[in-house]
Amino acid sequence: MQKSLHLDAYKCTGCLQCEMACSYEKEGAFNPAKSRIKVFTFHDLGRFSPYTCTQCAEAWCLHACPVEAITTNVATGAKEVNETLCVGCKVCTISCPFGTINYNTETHKVDKCDLCGGDPACAKACPTEAIVYIDAEQTGYDKMQKYAQLNLTQGE
Amino acid sequence: MHHVIIGAGPAGVIAAETLRKYDKKSAITLIGDEPEPPYSRMAIPYLLMQNIEEQGTYLRKGNDHYRRLAIDLCHDRVIGLDTAQKQVHLQNDKTLNYDKLLIATGSHPVTPPIPGITLPGVNHCWTLADARQIAAKIKPGSKVVLMGAGFIGCIILEALVKRGAELTVVEQGDRMVPRMMNEKAGNLIKRWCIDKGIRVLTSTRVEAVESGQASRLSIKLAGQTTLAADLLVSATGVQPNIAFLKNTDIKTEQGILIDRHMQTSVADIYAAGDVAQGLDFSSGENTVQAIQPTAAEHAQIAAKNMLGLPGARFQGAVNMNVLDTLGLISSSFGLWMGADSGDQAERYDPENFKYLNLQFADDVLVGATTIGFTQHVGVLRGLIQNKMHLRDWKPRLQQDPSRVMDAWLATHQVLA
Ligand SMILES: Cc1cc2nc3c(=O)[nH]c(=O)nc-3n(C[C@H](O)[C@H](O)[C@H](O)COP(=O)(O)OP(=O)(O)OC[C@H]3O[C@@H](n4cnc5c(N)ncnc54)[C@H](O)[C@@H]3O)c2cc1C
Ligand code: SF4
Repeated sequence: MQKSLHLDAYKCTGCLQCEMACSYEKEGAFNPAKSRIKVFTFHDLGRFSPYTCTQCAEAWCLHACPVEAITTNVATGAKEVNETLCVGCKVCTISCPFGTINYNTETHKVDKCDLCGGDPACAKACPTEAIVYIDAEQTGYDKMQKYAQLNLTQGE
Repeated sequence: MHHVIIGAGPAGVIAAETLRKYDKKSAITLIGDEPEPPYSRMAIPYLLMQNIEEQGTYLRKGNDHYRRLAIDLCHDRVIGLDTAQKQVHLQNDKTLNYDKLLIATGSHPVTPPIPGITLPGVNHCWTLADARQIAAKIKPGSKVVLMGAGFIGCIILEALVKRGAELTVVEQGDRMVPRMMNEKAGNLIKRWCIDKGIRVLTSTRVEAVESGQASRLSIKLAGQTTLAADLLVSATGVQPNIAFLKNTDIKTEQGILIDRHMQTSVADIYAAGDVAQGLDFSSGENTVQAIQPTAAEHAQIAAKNMLGLPGARFQGAVNMNVLDTLGLISSSFGLWMGADSGDQAERYDPENFKYLNLQFADDVLVGATTIGFTQHVGVLRGLIQNKMHLRDWKPRLQQDPSRVMDAWLATHQVLA
């Protein structure tokens, strides 16, 4: 059974431990600006929403890539960017309707969540279980992914 | 069953792979007339910048990719079709029978009717062969004129500069990328380029190209101006490759007309990619978009329909582009120019080269332009294509258009 990240906005307190952990894991420094998981703050609602790539089955980024730089990790299902092959054209960044693959102006490549190879640092760091890495069943996130998928590909 | 695909660019390759994914038995022949293994034109700028080798432009990296998928990759050129006999005529006198045919022949750059446009110092930048010629012709300090600051022109601009060209851009519109950016945005990009040392001449045209005395070319512009140049790169638009269809009953306008199943006016013949005039998500019209993401979408849907798989009905492609002009990153989506009786949200910060413009029809996002943003840009596509009613998020976006990601999360019940 493949696992996926389940993100629960209700449980998130906005502590940003996930962003710290992600940036440390991926960039070697505590720098939330470089995190691949982002916590969005709704001041007016007093709410927080952690958000990252849903690892779509038919990934928009993957199909748009002109040079096969994005491939599926068969073990985790994650869509991973091969930095050697990526030419930095950014077409994936406008193709992804979730906005979760982003251009990095320092590396001239794109960054996205790769589930840390099956042991996501954000989930380990989250103190409230707002981020858990669990069997990919009908989680809310999963539903959202399917929902968007449906609307985007099949028409009415 | 024999599936034949004409054209081995992104559309042809993705269609062949999709066919194979769902159909392990049928024969698949992929015919391409370029000598290289299937590659992406999109990667050419990075080849010119010397960031990658030619292999880096190849669509698929495995040597035996096509053989492994039992896709018969055939280097040849299709010169005609017999739709009654269901046959494809190849240049080398061979004839192939097909059961289902996909036309994915792409487009070619137009050659504007300008005297001297065929002189040896004039080049398109469309194929790997073009790229090799351009690479050989530009030496550090070479004087290069880029004719056309459209989408493709702007995409290759940085590569020309990185090769050491002393660059002049000539664009007949009144700003850069006039068919993808409004006045504020197009002029912001223009000013950025000028700040970076590029000469940008808008609202003028190349009227003639002649062999020069001191330099290779002498380029006459409207009015009195003459530019000396070693190379003229012509990027004034593209046209679908449909000439070989002229004796068939396949309906064409600008490109091959296709329905929502990517089928042409003739049964069992489909079209995809730059050659196809397919449904535009925003306008509801059939248009030739000539962009990579659309080619990829067309190809997948065409392949599924060639196999008769259910549910593969096209709902139209959102026209979208992203540009990197010497480090200034911009994008445009859908009805970036606005909808009839729609309204907009805008944030314009010219000092910092930042711009964000959202276009609404009622409370639905229908178009967008960004300059200077790299985070979560794709969500603009998501909001447009999902036709999400923004409700109370529209006034919030009108106050602060940068909150598009928040609007997405709120309207997609992630917060519920
Ligand atoms: C320099 C450059 C940069 C670009 N950058 C971007 C970008 O950043 N973003 C973007 O979205 N798009 C970009 N594009 C456009 C993008 O490359 C095209 O939209 C894409 O290549 C379309 O794919 P296609 O398969 O439909 O056509 P093509 O890639 O043109 O492939 C068609 C193939 O069919 C072959 N063919 C034609 N006629 C025949 C025949 N009769 N018999 C056999 N073979 C035939 C052609 O030679 C070609 O190999 C760029 C293009 C260029 C040139
Ligand atoms: S930016 Fe890199 S990963 Fe994204 S589409 Fe371009 S080459 Fe592929």
